[in-house]
Amino acid sequence: MKNTLNRTIEMKIPIEYYIWLSTVLFTIGVLGVLFRRNAIIIFACIELMLNAVNLLMVAFSSYHNDANGQVFVFFIMAVAAAEVAVGLAILVMMYRNTKSVDINILNRLKG
Amino acid sequence: MVVFSKNPVYSVLYLIITFFAIAGHYILLNAQFLAVVHVIVYAGAIMVLFLYVIMLLNLNQESEPHKSTLLKIAAVASSGLLLVVLVGSLRGVSQVVSKPGTEIGLVKNLGQVLFNEFLFPFEITSILLLAAMVGVVMVGKDEEHTKPNN
Amino acid sequence: MSYSLIITLIPILPLLGFLLIALNGKRLVRGFAALIACGSVFISFGFSLTLFIKLLNGAEPFQITLFNWISAGSFNATVGFLIDPLSSLMLLIITGVGFLIHVYSIGYMHDDEGFNRFFSYLNLFVFFMLLLVMGSNYLLMFVGWEGVGLCSYLLIGFWFKNQDYNDAANKAFIMNRIGDLGLIIGVILIFVHFGSVNYADVFPKADAVGTSILTLITILLFIGAMGKSAQIPLYTWLPDAMAGPTPVSALIHAATMVTAGVYMVARNNILYSLSPIAQELVLVVGLATALFAATIALAQNDIKKVLAYSTVSQLGLMFVALGVGAYASGIFHMATHAFFKALLFLGAGSVIHALHGEQDIRNMGGLRKHISITYLTFLIGVLAISGIPPFAGFFSKDEILANAFEQNQIAWGVAVVASLLTSFYMFRLLFLVFFGNERASEDKMHHIHESPKSITIPLMVLAGLSTVGGFMGVPEVMGGGNWVGKFLSPVFAKSAELKLEHHLEHSTELMLMGTIVVLTLVMIAIAYLRYVSKAHVPAVEGELTGIHKIVYHKYYVDEIYDALVVKPLYWFSKLFDIIIEKSGIDKVVNLAGEAVYDWSKIFRLMQNGSLGYYIFVIVIGVILIIAFSYTR
Repeated sequence: MKNTLNRTIEMKIPIEYYIWLSTVLFTIGVLGVLFRRNAIIIFACIELMLNAVNLLMVAFSSYHNDANGQVFVFFIMAVAAAEVAVGLAILVMMYRNTKSVDINILNRLKG
Repeated sequence: MVVFSKNPVYSVLYLIITFFAIAGHYILLNAQFLAVVHVIVYAGAIMVLFLYVIMLLNLNQESEPHKSTLLKIAAVASSGLLLVVLVGSLRGVSQVVSKPGTEIGLVKNLGQVLFNEFLFPFEITSILLLAAMVGVVMVGKDEEHTKPNN
Repeated sequence: MSYSLIITLIPILPLLGFLLIALNGKRLVRGFAALIACGSVFISFGFSLTLFIKLLNGAEPFQITLFNWISAGSFNATVGFLIDPLSSLMLLIITGVGFLIHVYSIGYMHDDEGFNRFFSYLNLFVFFMLLLVMGSNYLLMFVGWEGVGLCSYLLIGFWFKNQDYNDAANKAFIMNRIGDLGLIIGVILIFVHFGSVNYADVFPKADAVGTSILTLITILLFIGAMGKSAQIPLYTWLPDAMAGPTPVSALIHAATMVTAGVYMVARNNILYSLSPIAQELVLVVGLATALFAATIALAQNDIKKVLAYSTVSQLGLMFVALGVGAYASGIFHMATHAFFKALLFLGAGSVIHALHGEQDIRNMGGLRKHISITYLTFLIGVLAISGIPPFAGFFSKDEILANAFEQNQIAWGVAVVASLLTSFYMFRLLFLVFFGNERASEDKMHHIHESPKSITIPLMVLAGLSTVGGFMGVPEVMGGGNWVGKFLSPVFAKSAELKLEHHLEHSTELMLMGTIVVLTLVMIAIAYLRYVSKAHVPAVEGELTGIHKIVYHKYYVDEIYDALVVKPLYWFSKLFDIIIEKSGIDKVVNLAGEAVYDWSKIFRLMQNGSLGYYIFVIVIGVILIIAFSYTR
């Protein structure tokens, strides 16, 4: 077991594939944000977008052998966690006031 | 699947599967620590939170609101456009030279980098999490039920 | 003390006086304000005297440059002063007569609540006038020119609570401005053709520029002089300017400001000598004004209006002198005129003061026993202006007439007629005010008293000057040395070379002199007969008929101007107001405002509050940004 963990893995996959994968994931996330009307699912799609970016960063970090990418991903995760917590709390609050999580009803910003 | 499924619970469950897949990619990319952290934080905490909230609000398939068809088509079109633009702009970036792999993804090495160069952000992140916690508690307090009776 | 310092202090002291009094306003004790004002002018007088004596002893004219004022491309203008015989003589007159009038005002304005304000304006006026005569370039002279116009506005409208006085002040200022337009165009032309506005650069090169250009320039400059020195057609402001306090009339409209035009033409004498057409114009205008104003003065009944028209007429005479090329004579007459006209105005002020505000001569009479000092000084003034030897006016007027006879006999004839009329109406004034029955009301005659010393002492000083002032210009024919002419000759040297020399034989000149004196005495006798022996009192306005009525109403010139100029101007501006202002500019401005309002109504629809819409727009924006940044 120890040997397996210590052994490093050689990169054979060219980086363009990772770029495209990340792009596709991001786009699916955008599609989800535009497509759904449920606010919670929109949040989930935002998380998907963040993850796409994380993936890309880790890919680059591994290709350049630079630890900065991974550190940054670490921080992104932490921030994402905080953001989800706060966002969901606000959402719950809105639900209590308007009894719905439909974003068409959440239009208090109307000017 | 996340996007298209009608039941929100299904949506979330598909998202969890996606996260596991991404964690697999992390392991492939020599970022073992991150993979584990990814699973723990995202799939373990955040998605669970999502599920709690969905169940709290008792959302199911029938009460799911729908968008009009025109808007759905517009959404698909614009995100397709985004995809095209992004891919088109990121086309010629394959000059990356693959360096020989090292062990930067291991906990020990990552931890060294984290605590040497990025100490300050690390500490600040903890304060950020504290602030988030406090905020959530404040926002989520249920005024109607916790007000003292006159 | 260095001469630069003295020269600089001469205008600065009155300016400081103005600032000190104006900034302290009513807080300043009256006596102190008067002390500052009179003191500053007196010290300036002392300095002017020093410079004058220096020049007398044969020093070169002083020219100092204080600092470089404007430097824009090829246009350079400095703030510099030129003290040569001409300007030093003017300095003496301005500061000397100005000082006497300041002292006079202490007594005259004693009861007025604007006492401090009056003295601050007087000092400001002296400052600007000094700038005008001391400036070494056209621009500085123009600054002084405009400044005295401003001060005359302030001082004429001094009792601003009366709207008529304000209108008179407006009239003075606006008419001055019309003349100033000609002046400034002339200065611009000077700059264009000579490349500089300094006197030192312009005068030596005068003969290099073509005659037609010079004629144009000099005519334009003369238009400015017409406005400032009240010649036809821009003279109607001066009689109306009598609305101001009498010291103002004395200082501004007799002694100093109106002479600015004469000074300017004299300063530019070389330019005028080189353009005969312009000189002819000056001569003709001067003659016309002299005669015209003299006729109007015959029928006026306000003591100050008579003196005002007499000023206009005498100024015409001065321009006659300049028009025939006798520049020194014109300046000489200006100096003597300053003495006796200021004397006459101050004397009139004393009469008005004694009668507590009465100005109509039909309500005066027989005052000579009651206010004897005023009477005696007034008598000397009238004798001087009529040209009776040995008083000052005789020598100066006679020199003008002699020079006119040399050049142009017709001009001489008209000038003689004007002078005779002058003596007639001046003595008419004297007799109606001081001789005959006492026509003033009982109450006024009861309270009559001689004016205080602060009024009578300047009167006496001026009377003395009017008596002996003429002796500075005694012509050769009478054995004198014509000192004034010699003193001023360096300034007019070039012009003298150009002037065609006619020389009158001494016998002709003496005969002319004698004839004129005799004719003058005849006029005086006629006036005496009419107004003292027959005790004729001028009629009340309603009873006037025929020519008398026309002359009394000043040939209706004011009314003509009103109909020809003022009313069309008002009509024009109304037209512009309606067409351009309301329909044009207002519409455009309102359109801009309304456009913003309408567009914002449209843009407001974007803020519909639905999150989905917002995110949609964000995505579109991202697409556009990426697309545009990568397709560059």
